[in-house]
Amino acid sequence: MKKTLATLALGAVMAAAPAMAELVVPSLSYRTGPYAANGIPFADGYQDYFTLLNERDGGIGGEMVRIEECETGYNTEKGVECYESTKGDGSLVYEPLSTGITYQLIPKVTADGIPLHTLGYGRTSAKNGEVFRWVFNYPANYWDGASVAIKHILDQEGGDINGKKIALVYHNSAYGKEPIRTLEELAKKHGYSLTLLPVDHPGQEQKSQWLQIRRERPDYVIMWGWGVMNQVAIQEAVNIRYPMDHFIGIWWSGSENDVLPAGAAADGYKALTFHNLGDDYPVYDDLRKYVVEAGKAAGAGDQLGTALYNRGMYAAMLAAEAIKTAQELAGTAQITTEQLRDGMENLEITNAKMEAIGLPGFGPEFKVTCQNHGGDGFAAVAQWDASAGEWKMITDYVQSDQEVIQPLVEEDSMAYAKEAGITPGCN
Amino acid sequence: MFYREAGDFKTSYADDSQTFPIKFDRYRYYVVLAVAFGVIPFIINDYWASSVLVPFLIYAIAAIGLNILTGYCGQVSLGTGGFMAVGAYACYKLMTAFPEINIVFHVLGAGVVTAGVGVLFGLPSLRIKGFYLAVATLAAQFFLVWLFNKVPWFYNYSASGQINAPERTVFGMPVTGPNTEAWAQYLICLVFLVAVAWVARNLTRGTVGRSWMAIRDMDIAAEIIGVNPLKAKLTAFAVSSFFVGIAGALFFAVYLGAVEVGEAFGIQKSFLVLFMVIIGGLGSIFGSLAGAAFLVLLPVLLKNMLVDGFGWATDLTAHLQLMIVGGLIIFFLIVEPHGLAQLWRVGKEKLRLWPFPH
Repeated sequence: MKKTLATLALGAVMAAAPAMAELVVPSLSYRTGPYAANGIPFADGYQDYFTLLNERDGGIGGEMVRIEECETGYNTEKGVECYESTKGDGSLVYEPLSTGITYQLIPKVTADGIPLHTLGYGRTSAKNGEVFRWVFNYPANYWDGASVAIKHILDQEGGDINGKKIALVYHNSAYGKEPIRTLEELAKKHGYSLTLLPVDHPGQEQKSQWLQIRRERPDYVIMWGWGVMNQVAIQEAVNIRYPMDHFIGIWWSGSENDVLPAGAAADGYKALTFHNLGDDYPVYDDLRKYVVEAGKAAGAGDQLGTALYNRGMYAAMLAAEAIKTAQELAGTAQITTEQLRDGMENLEITNAKMEAIGLPGFGPEFKVTCQNHGGDGFAAVAQWDASAGEWKMITDYVQSDQEVIQPLVEEDSMAYAKEAGITPGCN
Repeated sequence: MFYREAGDFKTSYADDSQTFPIKFDRYRYYVVLAVAFGVIPFIINDYWASSVLVPFLIYAIAAIGLNILTGYCGQVSLGTGGFMAVGAYACYKLMTAFPEINIVFHVLGAGVVTAGVGVLFGLPSLRIKGFYLAVATLAAQFFLVWLFNKVPWFYNYSASGQINAPERTVFGMPVTGPNTEAWAQYLICLVFLVAVAWVARNLTRGTVGRSWMAIRDMDIAAEIIGVNPLKAKLTAFAVSSFFVGIAGALFFAVYLGAVEVGEAFGIQKSFLVLFMVIIGGLGSIFGSLAGAAFLVLLPVLLKNMLVDGFGWATDLTAHLQLMIVGGLIIFFLIVEPHGLAQLWRVGKEKLRLWPFPH
C-alpha cells in the first residue's frame, strides 16, 4: 500500500463526496497475525487486479474502482467493525476471506442488502440462493472439496475404499467443521471410517494429533487448515514420516507458504484447487507492466503467481465480471448493490470470457442462477513439487458428488430459513 | 472553585453517605445519564453502535464483574472469557428453548447459570491463593471453551458448531438479530450496564462488600474478626460471575449475533478484561468503565487516525496499534499503578483546590 499524498487528498475529497461516480469495493484483508502468511497474497491479488483494471482500462465500464482496505486480523469482532465502517461508503460486494466473519455478515448483509461473495469458503448451504438471497459461494464450496478429495482417494485406490481409515485434521472452528457432515455421509456411502482430529486456534500445537496419526496410521489424511496451522501440520507430517502423497489439503491448505518451511520433505503433498496455478497467463504481463512496475502494487509485489495470489486475483476477476454483467443488465455504469446482485445471479464464466481477460482456461466454466449461488462444484488436485518449487495439477477438474451434497445443502439451508424466518424464493 | 463541598450541607445520614457527596459531581452524573439515555439514542448510527458504544458497554459490565472478584475481593481470575462463554451459551440455550419468554429474563437467567458455574470454580479459592488460584481459573477458561466445542448439545447440534442469536424483541422492538436498530442495541446494553453498576456500587459499600475487602486486605485477620471466608469468597465469585455472564450473553446475543467459542471467548478475552480492570483501577466501579473505554476506544481511534487520517498501510497500523496499546499499558503500570480511577481522583482533588493550591 504505497499511497502518495495526492491520492490521499483525492481519497479524502472522494470520501467527503460520495455522490461522485465510482465503484467502491472493500477489501477486508489480514496482513497481521497468525493467518497473515495466507492473508497477504490473497489481498495483494484481489487489490492488484482492480488496480490493473483502473490503470489499463480506466476502471470497469468507464467507472473507476476504489478499494477500501480494512485490516481484520481474521478476527470476527474486527471484521464486523470493518463491515460497519465501510458499508456506508456505497460498498458493492464483500469478500471477507474468513468463514467466521462470513457467519457474522450473512444476517447483516441480508438486512442491509449488500452482496457477499465467499469464494470457496463460508457457509456451504449459501449455495441455495432462494434462501441466501445476498450470499454467493461460487465456484465451489467446502462440501464439494470434501467430495472431490474422497473421489481422488477412490481413484488412487482403484474405486474401493471400503474399510479404509481416513483422518480429518481440522481447524477447530466453523471453518474446519464444515466438511464433517459431508465426510460422514460419504463414509456411509463408501464404507471408510473417519477419525476427527481438531486443532485449536491458531494451530501451532499439533503434537498430540500427529502422535495419534502415527499410532493409528490412517490410510489418508485430509486437512482443513489455515494460516500457521498448515505449515505446522505439514512439518509434523514430515516428522512422523507420513507418506505425503496420502496427505490431501483443502484449497486453503495449498499455498507455497504452507509447504516451503518443510523444505524438500514436503514433496508430494497434495492440495485441492478450483482454478489453475502458476503465472503462465497473459494477464500477468499486464499486471507486471501496469501495476508492479508502476509501483502501484498493493503489497510488496513479490507474490505474483503464487497459489493464493492467483485465488485473490480470481476472486477480483469474478467480482469484476459480475459488475460488468450488472452494468449491461442495468444499462448504467454506476450500479447499485441490487443491480450487482442481479449481475452476480446472471454471471456466466465461459472459456471465451477467460480468454479475453488474459486467463485462458484458468478455471472451470460455470453459470450462476438465482437458485444456484454456488456454481457446479468442480475442483482439481494439485501436487507440490519441492525440487521445482511449484504446484503441479495432477487431475482434471472433477465434479463433486452432487447426489450426496444437494440434499445436504437443501436440508441445511431450509433449517436456516426456518430459524431466520425466511420464505425461500427468487424475488 | 467549581468543585468543592462548600455550601453543600448534609442534613441526614443518607445524604452523608451518598455515592456522589459533592453537588457538582452529582449533577455531572445526572448530566451523563441524561445524555446517555436522552441524546445518544437519537444520534447513534450503526457504525457508532457496533464499533464503539455497544462493545464499550458490554466490556464495562464484564470489567465491573471482574473488578468485584479481583479488585474488591482480591481473587485473581483468568477465567473471564470462559465465564462469558457460559453466559453466551446459557443465553442461547434459553433463547432457543423458551422463545416466548422475554430476552431480558434470558440474559438474567444466563447470569444466574454463570453464577452457579463461577461458584463451582470458585471452590478451590478456599484452599489456594494468588498465583495458584490464577492457574485454577485458567483451567476453568480452557475447560469451558473445550466443553462448548466438544458437546454438541450446547450448540443445538448445528453443523458449524456456531451459535446464532434468533430475533427477539423487547416492547415490540427487536434487540437481537440482524434487523436490530442501532439505538435499540445500545439502549438494552445501557440499561443493563446502569443496573449492574448501581447494584455493584451498593453491594461494595454494604456488609458484603466490606467482607470482600477485609478478605482482600488480609484474609487471616478477616477471619479472626468474624468474616466467614467461605461466604465472602463464594459470594464474590457468584456476583462477579453473574455480571460476567450477563456481559457474555449480551456480547453474543446483542453485539455479535453469531459466536464461535474458541475465537470469541478465548484466553485473550480473559486478558483483555483483566487489562481493563488493571488500567482502569482495581477496586473502583468508575475504573472499570474507564478501563473498558480505554481499551475499546483506543484501537478504533488509532485505526481511524492512522488509516483514514494519514492513509497509512493497514498492516503497519495494526502493528503500531499493538505497540502503542502495549506501551501505554506499561506506562500506566509504572506511572500510575492504581489506574485511571486514581488519575481521576487526583484530578478531582486538584480541582477542589484550584485556583489556590497549597
